[in-house]
Amino acid sequence: MTLSEEVAEESAGDDAGRPPPPSRARAVTGRFLSSRQGRAGALVLTLVFLFAFAGPLVSPWSHTDKDFAAFLAPPSAAHWFGTLQTGADVFAVTLRGLQRSLVVGLLAAVVCTALAALAGAFAGYFLGWTDRVITWVTDLLLVLPAFLILAVMSPLFGAGQWPLFVLMLALFLWMVTAKMARGMTISLREREFVRAARYLGVPPVRIVLSHVLPNLSSLLIVDATLNVSAAILTETSLSYFGFGIQPPDVSLGTLIADGSRTAVYAPWTFWFAAGLLVVTVLAVNLIGDALRDAFDPTAREPR
Amino acid sequence: MTPALEVTDLRVTLGGAPVVRGLGYAVRKGEVLGLVGESGCGKSVSAAAVMGLLPPGARVTGSIRLGGRELVGLRERELAAVRGSAVSMVFQDPLSALTPVYRVGDQIAEAVRTHQKVTKEQAAVRAVDLLDLVGIPDPARRALAFPHEFSGGMRQRALIAMAMANDPDVIICDEPTTALDVTVQAQVLEVLKTAQRQTGAAIVMITHDLGVVAGFADRVLVMYAGRPVESGDVDDVFYHARMPYTAGLLGAVPRIDAAGRAAPAPIDGAPPAPGDLPPGCPFAPRCPLRVEACDEREPPLFEVGPGHRAACIRWDEVSPPLPAPPGRTGPGVRGPRTVLAVDGLVRHYPLVKGAVFRRRVGTVHAVAGISFDIREGETLGLVGESGSGKTTALTEILELTRPQQGRVVVLGRDTAALTAAQRMEIRRDVQVVFQDPLASLDPRMTVHDILAEPLRTHRHGDPRRRVGELLALVGLDPAHAARYPKDFSGGQRQRIAIARALALQPRLLVLDEPVSALDVSVQAGVLGLLGALKTELGLSYLLVAHDLAVVRHIADRVAVMYLGRIAEIGRADAVYTAPAHPYTQALLSAIPLPDPARERARERILLTGERPDPASPPSGCRFRTRCPTFRSVLTETERGLCADTEPEMRPLGEDQSAACHYAERLAVV
Ligand code: SF4
Ligand code: SF4
Repeated sequence: MTLSEEVAEESAGDDAGRPPPPSRARAVTGRFLSSRQGRAGALVLTLVFLFAFAGPLVSPWSHTDKDFAAFLAPPSAAHWFGTLQTGADVFAVTLRGLQRSLVVGLLAAVVCTALAALAGAFAGYFLGWTDRVITWVTDLLLVLPAFLILAVMSPLFGAGQWPLFVLMLALFLWMVTAKMARGMTISLREREFVRAARYLGVPPVRIVLSHVLPNLSSLLIVDATLNVSAAILTETSLSYFGFGIQPPDVSLGTLIADGSRTAVYAPWTFWFAAGLLVVTVLAVNLIGDALRDAFDPTAREPR
Repeated sequence: MTPALEVTDLRVTLGGAPVVRGLGYAVRKGEVLGLVGESGCGKSVSAAAVMGLLPPGARVTGSIRLGGRELVGLRERELAAVRGSAVSMVFQDPLSALTPVYRVGDQIAEAVRTHQKVTKEQAAVRAVDLLDLVGIPDPARRALAFPHEFSGGMRQRALIAMAMANDPDVIICDEPTTALDVTVQAQVLEVLKTAQRQTGAAIVMITHDLGVVAGFADRVLVMYAGRPVESGDVDDVFYHARMPYTAGLLGAVPRIDAAGRAAPAPIDGAPPAPGDLPPGCPFAPRCPLRVEACDEREPPLFEVGPGHRAACIRWDEVSPPLPAPPGRTGPGVRGPRTVLAVDGLVRHYPLVKGAVFRRRVGTVHAVAGISFDIREGETLGLVGESGSGKTTALTEILELTRPQQGRVVVLGRDTAALTAAQRMEIRRDVQVVFQDPLASLDPRMTVHDILAEPLRTHRHGDPRRRVGELLALVGLDPAHAARYPKDFSGGQRQRIAIARALALQPRLLVLDEPVSALDVSVQAGVLGLLGALKTELGLSYLLVAHDLAVVRHIADRVAVMYLGRIAEIGRADAVYTAPAHPYTQALLSAIPLPDPARERARERILLTGERPDPASPPSGCRFRTRCPTFRSVLTETERGLCADTEPEMRPLGEDQSAACHYAERLAVV
């Protein structure tokens, strides 16, 4: 995402040897790590990731295996999370779904927010032609029926094509944020610190990157965290209609959709997937809050 | 006679922090009490407590008696009955105090009807009477206007009219003129005096401006850190201050009179935050007279004279600020080299109307042809009230591009003919300090990053070393580079902004209202720093300000702007002691002096009317519609010249010129 890139770029600029100067990158990292929320969120998210990617290594089943001796069986020693109607191991499919959803959700959110931030900030800062073109594209995408287009394109998202799917998801989520970012940039543009930078002779692109974007960061981070859930949910509904992630691949979305039908009498088919979704979204939100506070020096001191 | 308002041992706690700590005063009818203090000393909160307008969560103890009736502990409904009838308030910001969607007359009538049993018609008539009383021309028509159609001064008058509506016993004015221009301030203060005569009310005047208090109040109460630290008659307090804080404050105010050339003395440090008070005397960390006993306990108010009390254990040793030593006088001859030359600069904006079909309905001449120059090592003060075009002029110069008309020559280079690379080069030599350091420093950057930015942009020196040097240069601790701007006080922040401007070793510094966002006690320190840096680094300043007292202290030459034109320009000493243009005279005479006796004796030149619309300035002389000379001195034939011909700059002395056909030098301060 742009912000972390910018931070990374700044810290990369410091040559080694001397004690590093007290720049923003270090201050933000320090503040983030000293916040309990941030640490908890980061920890949980890491655990979820570990679980999703390391879990399959210890499971005797893979997500394509079917146990024809146990249909819709409750959790047991053989099937830790039970099995589905098809005999698939819930533990294995849930992990597989988690992997997909994590990657799709996080990537789509990051790509989408980055796109929105750049488009909005550049349109708002430069105005004129840049603005007209970007606004035109934004408006165009806003009126296009995203769902329909994704549905029509769904044959393209066959096996192994999920990066394209992520891109398309992001492409249909960024417009509203971009409009907000543009509006805020227009008001930031007249703020004195931006004018001060301009009169110092700081090149415009640098002003956008180092003054405008960080001051939009509260909006952007909140937006990114919201987008994680939005992306996961959009993917869920697409998958529900059979357009998103295609079988045999699974995602939390398809699992929840399937599981909701059997949830009443076989709760394990539903609750593990739903629970993991909730935990993931929660962890992302905690990280988002902590990051926002870390970027905003006027926020109350981290507890 | 019971006082109209008596406050005893008032304590207010906001969010756990004690904001007002034992305030007591009494005002009789017909009396004016000035409540003076810097921002955060609790003066506005105490007024809100009297009005019962504190935010929820505030705890109030003590007693507030209005005509003998206790207000503390009253329920909201009973308070509402008192509010507006027995006690009313005039706020600092009249725009937010008036409801934008109702007509002004209706709002005043509403205030009348809330507390009096009168018919709608009677109330409307009363509203028009009130508007007439506060000097709004054509009140019957104006009563039908909406607040946004009023100028700031007229809104404040309307608010005063509203405050008078029910013949209150007490009127509380919370910084009533702070947001206004000086000439308007003088008008509004006159109106307040009228209001007081009419209603016979007691007035509590809350302000940070010692000049306003000197001319307006009978008694003064100085607050510091939530407590009264000195109170007494205006003359006693101003001439025989017995508390080091009061004395310091008086010494820190920049003045427009002869004493103004002397450097105002800053008070070191900043006021303590409520909830974080030093153990003994709250002023101890900043006090020049501090001894060990001061830290033992908070000094009570000592009786130091008849009706004069001060909270200082060494009150008998406090001397009023010394009569200022003769200040430095600017170089009599001007330097040979010109750093900035502006010639016939014009900037106009199209005035467009309509949302769907935008059409041009006129042109606003924000800057209508101004010329001046700044020599090396010189400070030019560009002064004017809001709408005079001074800020536009400054922006035009800073853009370093071809102006719409005229020429701007910076360091010998015409900005119309600059290539991008040359412009970048000149940017190094021309730097700017803005008014509000909180706004001009990126809140998301550490001080180190802020100061390193110009260095990185221009690849100038090693940021790591230079940042420390710069901080030391402006009197800050280099170890504080890792902090954010919000961790500093206002004065310190402005020092950071100055350090940033100095990072590239510029030759011309443009100062846009550099101290007007700061408290008086801190202002003096920043002004002193600017003065010292100028001599040390051989800088030239273009100082844009509305406060003539500040300009007087720091500028060698001054240019007074009115409606996009320069009315008068010349050596600061000459212009201040004997202004020639009628506008300059009115402007200078409107500025209150922190000197009660002289203030009472002074004859004000009051301007009438409102500033004309810059889209359609008057023909001939732009100042003609408000010019006192034009109105009352000139004959009919002489007036013809003013109305037909725009006056050119006319030299009147060694280094003083004015754009007036009948300019005559006159001492007004
Ligand atoms: S009590 Fe001491 S510290 Fe306080 S004002 Fe008096 S001399 Fe200064
Ligand atoms: S030219 Fe006439 S109207 Fe203008 S300032 Fe002079 S006297 Fe007044």
